[in-house]
Amino acid sequence: MFDGFTADPTTLLLGAATGLAFGFLLQRGGVTRFRVILGQFLLRDFTVAKVMLTAIVVGAIGIYGMRAAGMDVTMHVKSAALLTNAVGGLIFGVGMAILGYCPGTGVAAIGDGSRHAIAGVLGMLCGAALYAEVHPWLQQRLAGTASYGKATLASTTGLSPWWFIAGLGVAAVIGMMALERYERARRA
Amino acid sequence: MTDLLRSPRWSPYLVGAALGILSWITFATMGKALGTSTTMVRAAGAIERTIAPEHVDQNAYFSKYLGTREKPKPVIEWQFALVLALIPGAWLAARLSRERFRETVPALWAWRFSGSTGGRMVGAFVGGVILIFGARLAGGCTSGHSISGTLQLALSSWVFTIALFTAGIATAFAIYGRKGGDHV
Repeated sequence: MFDGFTADPTTLLLGAATGLAFGFLLQRGGVTRFRVILGQFLLRDFTVAKVMLTAIVVGAIGIYGMRAAGMDVTMHVKSAALLTNAVGGLIFGVGMAILGYCPGTGVAAIGDGSRHAIAGVLGMLCGAALYAEVHPWLQQRLAGTASYGKATLASTTGLSPWWFIAGLGVAAVIGMMALERYERARRA
Repeated sequence: MTDLLRSPRWSPYLVGAALGILSWITFATMGKALGTSTTMVRAAGAIERTIAPEHVDQNAYFSKYLGTREKPKPVIEWQFALVLALIPGAWLAARLSRERFRETVPALWAWRFSGSTGGRMVGAFVGGVILIFGARLAGGCTSGHSISGTLQLALSSWVFTIALFTAGIATAFAIYGRKGGDHV
């Protein structure tokens, strides 16, 4: 049964190197902490939003930039089945507010010293097993609704992706500057 | 440089930019996007397979990721290695900054419920179950959708992320109320 149980060593090494960097960054960013995640949802600590928005803008510039420069970068756009994306997102948000972590930060939080994150990850494994049982039933009823394939904001609107990247970048810079000013004012 | 490596908290903008650049690297050199929640399916399936092999083999959702008995797909692949390495990655970051952090019951939780370890463990477990159920229904989580997906401008990922924050904020205020913010 162990035939093909693991991928080739190079793939594993690359995955592990990525995970080491990812875990390191999540810890330094503070997002492996329950109080930072809940602080975001209670609108007191905007660390999560700052990390995510910066990652999205920087990431988008690089990925679309490399493609524009003619590099062979494969996209990994997940299918838009908007009803399941939305309902799944709502369920996910409820779980994340109770646990205080998302899957990646929850696993990393174990390395950061969180004991309750271990119970959270065990719950995640059970959640995955539970979902596997009901997937066909749910898929049949929900996945066909508002289904648009591998759509992006650009492909849906027919606009250049750079309009969205520029818009996001400007909104992020203005939003973050306003947020920093608001946080300084509240501390003072 | 040494100062930066030892600094316990980095600017969220620096961390965000570094995560964006990490995405460039995985997309361009590995043909992969950062993600974590599929690994929970592979791990759950591999564990369940040791108890009920027939059941797992016949499950269409598990075989999508684990293959069939005739043509198995690897359990421990790129993303699985990534998820496992998150633990030493975060541990190393904590060690280098000489932080001593141990948490069993978060202060906010203890304020709202109790300082009981058992209570918090059950709460965290239930949260984890709900979290992954939602992630698998949506086809991804905070990494696969809210970072990797949104940066590709994927429609699915923006819808997921807006739903996540809406429900997260509503649930947090429902549990902890307006006063909760004073205890984080």
